[in-house]
Amino acid sequence: MTYLAKNPANGGRELIAFRIGNQEFCVNVMSVREIRGWTPATPMPHAPQYLLGVINLRGAVLPIIDLSARLGMKPAEPTVRHVIIVTQVKNRVVGLLVEAVSDILTIKDEDIQPTPDMTSEFERTFARGILAIEGRMICLIELEAVFPHTESEAA
Amino acid sequence: MDMNEIKEIFFQECEEQLAELESGLLRLNDGDRDPETVNAVFRAVHSIKGGAGAFGLDDLVSFAHVFETTLDCVRSNKLEPTQDVLKVMLKSADVLADLTNVARDGGSVDQARSLQLIRELEALAKGEAPPAASALEPAAPKAAAAKPAAVAKAAPVEPVVNEHGFAPVAFSFDDFGSDDDETPGDLPAYDIVFKPKSELYTKGNEATLLLRDLSRLGEMSIHCNMDSLPPLDQMDPEAAYFSWKVSIKTDKGEDAVRSVFEFAEWDCDLEVTALETGETTESDSDDLPMQPVPFDLSALDGELDMPLGVVEEEEQIAAVQQAVAAAEAASNVVQMAASASRAAASDKGAATAAAQNNAQQASSAAAQTIRVDLDRVDRLINLVGELVINQAMLSQSVIENDSNGVSSINMGLEELQQLTREIQDSVMAIRAQPVKPVFQRMARTVREIADITGKSVRLVTEGENTEVDKTVIDKLAEPLTHMIRNAVDHGLETPEKRIAAGKNAEGTVKLTAKHRSGRIVIELSDDGAGINREKVRQKAIDNDLIAADANLSDEEIDNLIFHAGFSTADKVSDLSGRGVGMDVVKRSIQALGGRINISSKPGHGSVFTMSLPLTLAVLDGMVVTVAGQTLVVPLTAIVETLQPDAAAIHSFGATQRLISIRNSFCPLVDVGRILNFRATQANPVEGVALLVESEGGGQRALMVDAIQGQRQVVIKSLEANYTHVPGIAAATILGDGRVALILDVDAVVSASRGQSLQLESSLAAAG
Repeated sequence: MTYLAKNPANGGRELIAFRIGNQEFCVNVMSVREIRGWTPATPMPHAPQYLLGVINLRGAVLPIIDLSARLGMKPAEPTVRHVIIVTQVKNRVVGLLVEAVSDILTIKDEDIQPTPDMTSEFERTFARGILAIEGRMICLIELEAVFPHTESEAA
Repeated sequence: MDMNEIKEIFFQECEEQLAELESGLLRLNDGDRDPETVNAVFRAVHSIKGGAGAFGLDDLVSFAHVFETTLDCVRSNKLEPTQDVLKVMLKSADVLADLTNVARDGGSVDQARSLQLIRELEALAKGEAPPAASALEPAAPKAAAAKPAAVAKAAPVEPVVNEHGFAPVAFSFDDFGSDDDETPGDLPAYDIVFKPKSELYTKGNEATLLLRDLSRLGEMSIHCNMDSLPPLDQMDPEAAYFSWKVSIKTDKGEDAVRSVFEFAEWDCDLEVTALETGETTESDSDDLPMQPVPFDLSALDGELDMPLGVVEEEEQIAAVQQAVAAAEAASNVVQMAASASRAAASDKGAATAAAQNNAQQASSAAAQTIRVDLDRVDRLINLVGELVINQAMLSQSVIENDSNGVSSINMGLEELQQLTREIQDSVMAIRAQPVKPVFQRMARTVREIADITGKSVRLVTEGENTEVDKTVIDKLAEPLTHMIRNAVDHGLETPEKRIAAGKNAEGTVKLTAKHRSGRIVIELSDDGAGINREKVRQKAIDNDLIAADANLSDEEIDNLIFHAGFSTADKVSDLSGRGVGMDVVKRSIQALGGRINISSKPGHGSVFTMSLPLTLAVLDGMVVTVAGQTLVVPLTAIVETLQPDAAAIHSFGATQRLISIRNSFCPLVDVGRILNFRATQANPVEGVALLVESEGGGQRALMVDAIQGQRQVVIKSLEANYTHVPGIAAATILGDGRVALILDVDAVVSASRGQSLQLESSLAAAG
């Protein structure tokens, strides 16, 4: 409740930070529906490599994205210690597999630094800015870009 | 509840009324002369008109009015409902439906068409209608002895005659100007016996207002009949006990008199008797016109055997009764009736109890059907789906942890399983609806196309009450319309050709629905020329669909019409033959999980058979293992399962393999390979082959590793959160809580024909 109360007051926003390998990333907390432990997913045929498959989220079929692979890093080898961040953009709900959730940050918009001018695919597609928190570098991710493409986009 | 909601309810009711109207007209068309059918038709139009009037939908009202007038002629046997008359009426029903849709969704109607029909209807009503009065029923002797006093109903609004002998004022506001020309005695006179039923009051109608409206037509006198008024302790405050006898002189005609009671007609006994002009009625000679006779207390007193004071209470109760009637909400009625009558007659406990009883009865009688938002039903269905899955998960873990398997938990679980299955069935039944509305829409399509093509067509429907899930019904209308158009436009010959071929000039299109082994089978047959196979074949060759020297069976040729871009009509008509034909139909039927087949006999017509699942929410499937993954294969697709023998497997070319089954060869399809679950083909001898039949009739043997069992699964959408996956129809959740994929057999089979799954899906997405 306190988080919500803080938000409009100082114009700040809250982010969930998580770890993949030795890097930290974050997404807007408003897009996160829940965080749950890893359960084996059912692989999908003809799916991109980053799509681990689908799991049962209380009756809904939830696709699970290996965020590490999605961001162009080495594919994850899921263990019971991995967690799934269930996120929602518009009506679509997708689970992101990450190593661990590290922090909940309250930041102001001006804390977000623009991404350095690089030509990498990663920077152009997924990164929306970087944050410097207590000597750590945390990358803000654009969730919508991470989601698998829908049929209409593909066609 | 705001106005829009009420309006929405009105439109929903309109739909029902329109369906009722159409089915009634069709029954008449089939020669049914039951007066109740005519009445039902009339009521339907009348209700639409009434509701439309309340919402100020003038177009709708004016058309409905003309329609109603003509129907009234039929009702009073002034107009014989011949085929020609009914044709106009059916068209009018179509226009009425259009007008209703326009009123709801906006847009415009074909003004010329509705004007034309209004003229036709008016002509029917006038042209063949005998003079109004002659067709009337003779006056019923029911006009009971006039009882003094218009007590509770009339008194509050009529000008009060006080004891000082104030002259009663005649109530003919409208006729003030014309009084000079005609003396009232020369006007036609009518005797009206008006006996409201209690429904009249519960619907918010008001006898007083009706009588007041009536008084505007001309000079009249009213007598209230209180014969049926029971003693107070037996009185039901919500019942109607009074009736009125009215004598009126008016030049407005009988129709005007009747129209006063227009909206109350169903809830009262009404007799209107025209008297010979100049004839003075009994009551006229006795009483001054329009004089509300003072309430004769002594008369009441003697008759009811009650102390005078009670009569006053009784009046109050009668007034309460009116107030109660005006309040429509049943729950309010209970309270109001109870509290009011308690206040009025606190010592009459019996009356209060009776009031409560009655109100409760009334409210329970009204609650036989309810309208429920579809979303709510869907949520319930989803929840029950969860329940089924959860119950399966629970059973499974209990079985795993309970080695002896006879504990009471197990017993309880079994009962739970039965209960959940029963709940599931009942919930599914909520969504099940008869296919009747769709079939009725087809009747309209047939009429319209018959008109445009100049063919004479009769639509015969059977099994309209076959029930199927609402989603299926909703999605059925479009392909069915298309097929009906095709059947009339392409299937049936012109009347001349039919006569030449020795057939009835009128073509018959038959639409039937029936349940068959857990599916609904819809058949559309026509008695037309059948498929011209030579022409189809030539067309297919022209369009490069088949090779010129291809050797095709009759069945294969017939099924060519389901190919995209295929139309055999020589001239492209407005109706069909734009190349988007049967392939679209086939695709929509497939999207519903259905199959479509055609069989045709040259010269005798064609039969399209569609087989559809009863629901899109659950599916009977065979659970199989493929490359370590669990898949569900729809049971409807599987013809048989077999354990391949090494000797039965034959290599065919580089990668193809065939399996011989009873001396015929069938291509072997490795599901694991097609879905990319494994890199190399599995050894068929180690697996199980599922012989499946796909669209187009071809058989394939699908190779899977093992069969786990057969069960009903709840279908879950993959598209909601992910995307369409080629080769996969949907997903489901198994007893262990894991997601299992449901195989799209047709896609897998067509992929095995060499078409890529990816290509297929992108085409589907583009289309």
